Amino acid sequence: MPKRRSFAQRALEPLAAPGLALLVLCAWQVAVPFFGLSEFVLPTPWQIAGRMVSDFPLLLSNGYVTLFEVLAGFACAIAGGVPTALAIFYSRPFERAVYPLLIALQTVPKIVLAPLLVLYMGYGWAPKIFLAFLIAYFPIVISTVVGLQTLEPGMVNLVRSMGASEAQTFWKIRLPAALPSIFGGFKVAIALAVIGAVIGEYVAAERGLGYLQLQANAKFDTTLNFASVVMVSLIGVLLYSAVMFFERRLVYRREAAH
Amino acid sequence: MSRARAPIGLGVRIDGVSKAYETREGEDLLALDRIDLEIRAGEFVAVVGPSGCGKSTLLSMLAGLIRATSGTIRIDGAPLTGPHPGAGVVFQSDHLLYWRTVLDNVLLPIEIKRRPLAGYAARAEELLAQVGLAGFSAKMPSELSGGMRQRVAICRALIQEPGLLLMDEPFGALDALTREQLIMDLQTMWLAVGNTVLFITHGIDEAIFLADRVIVMSPRPGRIDLDLAIDIPRPRRWKEIHENAAFLAAARKVREIFEAKGVLAAD
Repeated sequence: MPKRRSFAQRALEPLAAPGLALLVLCAWQVAVPFFGLSEFVLPTPWQIAGRMVSDFPLLLSNGYVTLFEVLAGFACAIAGGVPTALAIFYSRPFERAVYPLLIALQTVPKIVLAPLLVLYMGYGWAPKIFLAFLIAYFPIVISTVVGLQTLEPGMVNLVRSMGASEAQTFWKIRLPAALPSIFGGFKVAIALAVIGAVIGEYVAAERGLGYLQLQANAKFDTTLNFASVVMVSLIGVLLYSAVMFFERRLVYRREAAH
Repeated sequence: MSRARAPIGLGVRIDGVSKAYETREGEDLLALDRIDLEIRAGEFVAVVGPSGCGKSTLLSMLAGLIRATSGTIRIDGAPLTGPHPGAGVVFQSDHLLYWRTVLDNVLLPIEIKRRPLAGYAARAEELLAQVGLAGFSAKMPSELSGGMRQRVAICRALIQEPGLLLMDEPFGALDALTREQLIMDLQTMWLAVGNTVLFITHGIDEAIFLADRVIVMSPRPGRIDLDLAIDIPRPRRWKEIHENAAFLAAARKVREIFEAKGVLAAD
């Protein structure tokens, strides 16, 4: 039984996390001058915020590049991952041949391929998108396969007894039952796609937030570096929220009731 | 109960049907051994037997979900090759789709059979009202109790207006009081609809209470040991049934079979 909470507790609860974040930022703001750190070593949150305003066009134009790479990689991962999962689920030979390899490859850190991808694909968008795709692909495949397997056999018998075709079984029950797991994979994948794109930019790039960070490092511009970090984080939060938005519209979770 | 008894029942004829499964060791396990059974249109037949007697296998074959190893099943004279469009199934587990409302769950078979949904929504509400679920159509399954969920599952089978209603231990997972209520509800609905029912159960009392005929099966291999007609006028009442001489005699006969087969220990 949950304990009864007072009105004040309930009113303050949603403010707990933002409040803690604000507290940390204030401590940071105060600690930097207190320890006599220069902006080059550690800029204050206020300085970073100021820089985000003054250099907003620069951050935005590079942010668009990274955002595009992430979205393109994620879209490719869905376009490739969901059909792969369907093939694994519906074709036993395909499952036997491909699934063990996919699980084995899952353990390979895809990031180590970044320099090779640059070698083969050049300095443009291609290797970043490919890395974002590669890193996002596996969780989508695996969560989709797991989702398709969640349906109880009794459910299949039920719709078969009504005369359902294989396609109807898929659209009416198997896919809806798989959606919670599929979206779980999407959420992991979108966060990983951001990592893939930025790592790709670290290796070799002419644009993008990862590139901007390297430029800032070369010029000992720590504030711009931090501003880029904030920008990447914003992209991550934005995309994760977008996936959650679609999840809320499309997925009814068993636990969500009551 | 306003609806008149419509002649919608389908006749079933089972001739020499056997079902063998291959075990993991590669041996054949005979689940059903040459079953002969005829069910007249509009008849309520209950099959009672211990687990492993193949009664659920028999139902799955009638539902067109599995094939007999040998023998034939005919529905209204036509050999059965797959799920029959006139058959509706209720399983022990309600299998409601948790992402759909009660109404959309009831309408699922209509959707699958690609009939116009609009024509059936009112009928669905009517069926729900008959089982005491008026006003529940917009609820989600997780908001319902186990008994309510099984009632929805029964409505989902009935909306297809099945000439043959197949029920596989439909009340097996319910508590005693809910079960009693649903047995009464089923009798009421069946009296209104008049379709053919095959009701699988391991409950001797509910089998005798509901059925025109009780088929007693014994396991390994599944065989019919007794085919017992129940002549108790309807509507029957659960409260009085345990004092009814015909009921008690039927129950004694079924128990004697189970005792003879070692399914029930003799006192």
